[in-house]
Amino acid sequence: MEVFLHQFLNFEIMQKVFPLLLKGLWTTLYLCVLVIPLGLAGGLLLALLSLSRRRAVAWTTIALVDLFRAAPPLVLLILLYSGLPFAGIKLTPTAAVCLAFFCNTSSYYGEIYRAGIESVGRGQWEAARSTGLSAPQTLTYVILPQAVRNVLPDLVSNTIEVVKLTSIASVVSFPELLYSADMARSVTLNSSPVVLAAVMYILLLWPLVRLVSRLERQVAAR
Amino acid sequence: MPILTISGLRKSFGTTEVLKGIDLSVSNRELVFIIGPSGSGKSTLLRCINRLEEPTGGGIAFDGVEVTDRSTDLNALRRSMGMVFQSFNLYPHMTALANVTLALRKVLKKSRDEADAIGREALAKVGLSDKTASYPSELSGGQQQRVAIARALALDPKIVLFDEPTSALDPELVGSVLAVMRDLKAGGMTMLVVSHELRFARDAADRVIFMDQGHIVEEGPPSAIFNEPREARTRAFVAGLLR
Ligand SMILES: Nc1ncnc2c1ncn2[C@@H]1O[C@H](COP(=O)(O)OP(=O)(O)OP(=O)(O)O)[C@@H](O)[C@H]1O
Ligand SMILES: [Mg+2]
Repeated sequence: MEVFLHQFLNFEIMQKVFPLLLKGLWTTLYLCVLVIPLGLAGGLLLALLSLSRRRAVAWTTIALVDLFRAAPPLVLLILLYSGLPFAGIKLTPTAAVCLAFFCNTSSYYGEIYRAGIESVGRGQWEAARSTGLSAPQTLTYVILPQAVRNVLPDLVSNTIEVVKLTSIASVVSFPELLYSADMARSVTLNSSPVVLAAVMYILLLWPLVRLVSRLERQVAAR
Repeated sequence: MPILTISGLRKSFGTTEVLKGIDLSVSNRELVFIIGPSGSGKSTLLRCINRLEEPTGGGIAFDGVEVTDRSTDLNALRRSMGMVFQSFNLYPHMTALANVTLALRKVLKKSRDEADAIGREALAKVGLSDKTASYPSELSGGQQQRVAIARALALDPKIVLFDEPTSALDPELVGSVLAVMRDLKAGGMTMLVVSHELRFARDAADRVIFMDQGHIVEEGPPSAIFNEPREARTRAFVAGLLR
């Protein structure tokens, strides 16, 4: 027991590495601020393209979305960061992370948006178009507000997954939370920093998890 | 001088032809009532008129504009044709007033104050002055349909197309919607109405059209169509309705 506590819950070490981990946490948050809006915007674009009346556009988009949902994001990131230089393209870690996340995250968000848009009845389109609204106006004011409301729990759930996924940025030496914790672990030869990192993740995500439950109840009550 | 002239209108979905050459003109201030069995193409006819469906043949002229022309500004055209649906199709995330003013603000680019004033007036016309701030889910079916009518009226249309406006309503709510439609008729609105409300047709319609299998089988004043139809198909259908 003594050994266990010393190895995993060593408060002295936690205190010492706390500033380093806090910096890692900020970096994780910074990554989230980059990657989540990018994914939300890209996802919307993919959803609209995949619903295009032009078959070729829709099918190409659906194929791409399928590909990027099947491709493990870690593999994608390593390919982009370590593979592309062989083709003469050298990406910074930030660019590589953003690109890998964009491909993966917008594909998932895209599928959620698509389900949302499809959940809004055809009659809404027709009513809006019959009053002279253009297609983009109908989307903006009538369809998307309802679509997003219908899939809000899924959007937030996916966002939680994205936050967790930012830890893969550590493979390109991005000093985010897990990377910092693991570095601290190898220096102190103690696992407590990783436990501390886990606690930080949980504190960050727990409110979002609660939010999902509440939203799900609201959607079910409608 | 008709405001709407439909000639040889055809519409196919894939290989099935749903409208097989429809000829129909509607005069200013006229209320034309359309009846016919399910699947006869009544909704498709209305939806072709404002091009929610693309006609596959024939022509539609409305108020001097060739509706089926490629160069026709569809959004402008649709503004001058109101449409009221069986299932209301109100925007559930907006109040009654916002439902009515959306197109005023986004299409006609009116200021919020101006749009609200027009919207309130339209809601007053359908007897819902006290419901401007209500959401569709807080309204009865009859009230929802009246908001939908106000939404069409707010754009000051030259014709209103009604597709079974009372079919989704509980019987006790039908009257309130028909009363609004009677007011509209009295105010000189041109209306094309698909419905099974025979009492209303007898009182308010100038002309009744009987459609079957993509054709107009018979047309005439309500008394003629309901009391002494010439065609056997009309007779059978009307007898079914009266039963
Ligand atoms: N989008 C569509 N795709 C394929 N077929 C369609 C489509 N819309 C309508 N139809 C077909 O066209 C025919 C006419 O339909 P329509 O809705 O115009 O009939 P209706 O007279 O309005 O009937 P109801 O009284 O049931 O409303 C039907 O056989 C219907 O199945
Ligand atoms: Mg119909």
